[in-house]
Amino acid sequence: MSALRIDANGLHYRELNARLREVVTDARVTHIDLDNVYGQRYLGTDLHRAVQIDIHGTPGNDLAAFMDGPRIIVHGNAQDGCGNTMNGGEIIIHGSAGDVTGHSMRGGKIWVRDNVGYRVGIHMKEYLETHPTIVIGGTAQHFLGEYMAGGVLVVMGLNLAPGERHIANFVGTGMHGGKMYLRGEVDDYQLGKGVGRVPLDDADHILLHTLATEYAALFGVDVQTIFSQPFVKLAPLSLRPYGRLYAY
Amino acid sequence: MNGFSHENPYGDDKVFDACGLFGMMDVTGKAFSGHDVVKAISNMEERGNGLGSGYAVYGCYPDYADCYAFHVMFTDPAARAAVEERLKPDFLLVHDEEVPHKPIAGLYNAPLIRRYFLQVNEAAPDRHLYDEAEFIIAKVMAINIAGLGAYIYSSGKNLGVFKGVGFPDQIAEYFDVASYSGYLWTAHNRFPTNTPGWWGGAHPFGLLDWTVVHNGEISSYGANRRFLEMHGYHCTMTTDTEAMTYASDFLMRRHKLPVEVAVKVMAAPLWEEIARMPDEEQALYRTLRQVYSKLLFTGPFTIIVAREGEMIGLADRLRLRPLVAATAGDRLYISSEEASIRLINPALERVWTPVGGEPVIGRLKEEARSKTQDL
Repeated sequence: MSALRIDANGLHYRELNARLREVVTDARVTHIDLDNVYGQRYLGTDLHRAVQIDIHGTPGNDLAAFMDGPRIIVHGNAQDGCGNTMNGGEIIIHGSAGDVTGHSMRGGKIWVRDNVGYRVGIHMKEYLETHPTIVIGGTAQHFLGEYMAGGVLVVMGLNLAPGERHIANFVGTGMHGGKMYLRGEVDDYQLGKGVGRVPLDDADHILLHTLATEYAALFGVDVQTIFSQPFVKLAPLSLRPYGRLYAY
Repeated sequence: MNGFSHENPYGDDKVFDACGLFGMMDVTGKAFSGHDVVKAISNMEERGNGLGSGYAVYGCYPDYADCYAFHVMFTDPAARAAVEERLKPDFLLVHDEEVPHKPIAGLYNAPLIRRYFLQVNEAAPDRHLYDEAEFIIAKVMAINIAGLGAYIYSSGKNLGVFKGVGFPDQIAEYFDVASYSGYLWTAHNRFPTNTPGWWGGAHPFGLLDWTVVHNGEISSYGANRRFLEMHGYHCTMTTDTEAMTYASDFLMRRHKLPVEVAVKVMAAPLWEEIARMPDEEQALYRTLRQVYSKLLFTGPFTIIVAREGEMIGLADRLRLRPLVAATAGDRLYISSEEASIRLINPALERVWTPVGGEPVIGRLKEEARSKTQDL
């Protein structure tokens, strides 16, 4: 087992990603710390194996794009497009993440301690045993789970004050697969067309318990707090909402 | 970067479409140099493609604070005499000079750029037809549409705009932007989409004390432009952002709408949102959408609009382009990316991303406002 540090100060994203690709070819490297990260894009892409990368600073857009294997821990906020088309591995964000987090995500997990921006989980998909998962501790902005086709999206609203509601509108617009769980209040008008509330079954409770326990352990939250309020489950009302649109 | 960009074994040099914006303001009116602004916008190099960058700085000409500072771009150097001839009856020339610059590698087709510090000639033949601001607009527009090969792209007091075709660090070096100081700066890194990357098309766009930098594409440009033309604003820079500059002036100066209302014209709430509002608010928003329907800006955009003493950040109502705001002490930052703010100030107090249609507004504190007006 071996750890190393890379000072990203002044490095262009291509240089920094090339350096990462180079160091992971040494199978003994299991842990990399990146210091002074200021906006370098695509970090963690193209590494194809399990390695932990701690990012100190603010990673750039499309963090972990197409990522397959690594575990990325961001000590701060992530920008837009984090986990874009990610295939496997994990992103843990000790802060907030930007717009289109988990865009077209195909596998792996994203944990966000605080809030996320617009269109989070847009076009997530699943296939056979591969179920991408996004867990958000805080709240989300509009178009959450837009065109969602698979996977699991959990928004816990832990930082909402008593009585404060989720503000996201157009939740699940165009959603036709996967499951969304919201803890806290949401009105019907906030939901997109084609998505509806469905009762939680045993499998949902087990899944939420597993995810909440892991979130609590990652960010030092009491798991009981998470279950102090019920979750609402949202799911598509039809698997192919537009199936008849061009075939009438 | 060590010649690295010439070898790219991983094929990760795809060019993405996204302009970069940065704005920074000291609400006490304290001037600061452009050094950090250049550093912040240059950190978002990937957002542009070298076809346009620029800077606006408020408070940069204290020696000529009571003069209109016309910045004129001559695509045809021969136009200079014609422009100066046209300015003569309308203005008293206090000072003029070529905007200082130094030749740097990689910048092409740089036009002649001069600045004129002017006072309105109260005895001008048509002076009585306009109030002072309208007089300036009439004169600026007349020159811009005259087909002379000359464009007045900034016409405020104590306001400088420095822009051209190049990356932000190149344009900063060309004009030595870091040597200017002001209390409010905006900066732009351009990725032109539907319109040419020429020097006049670089952002910021300016008219009177307004400047605008923009990321996105305005789908409603045609409708906006035709409306503005009927009110004396002519779009001559062949790009959509220009219309937002003139719309800002029309709504907030000519029609005296408060910023908070003007942004609801440009990024109006959706009809279904209006339908959920209390009656009184519904009446207001319905009226705004009806009266100013031609100044609704559709399509993806994030803009930073600035005027004397004020900086406004706004994203379209679906927030199809990014906008991050932050504060630290007396400083307000607005950026396309958070990393650029943290790069120049790691000790931020608050960082947030307003939802689309909700403006971020920075204003000079009252005591600072009166001080800058006294200058």
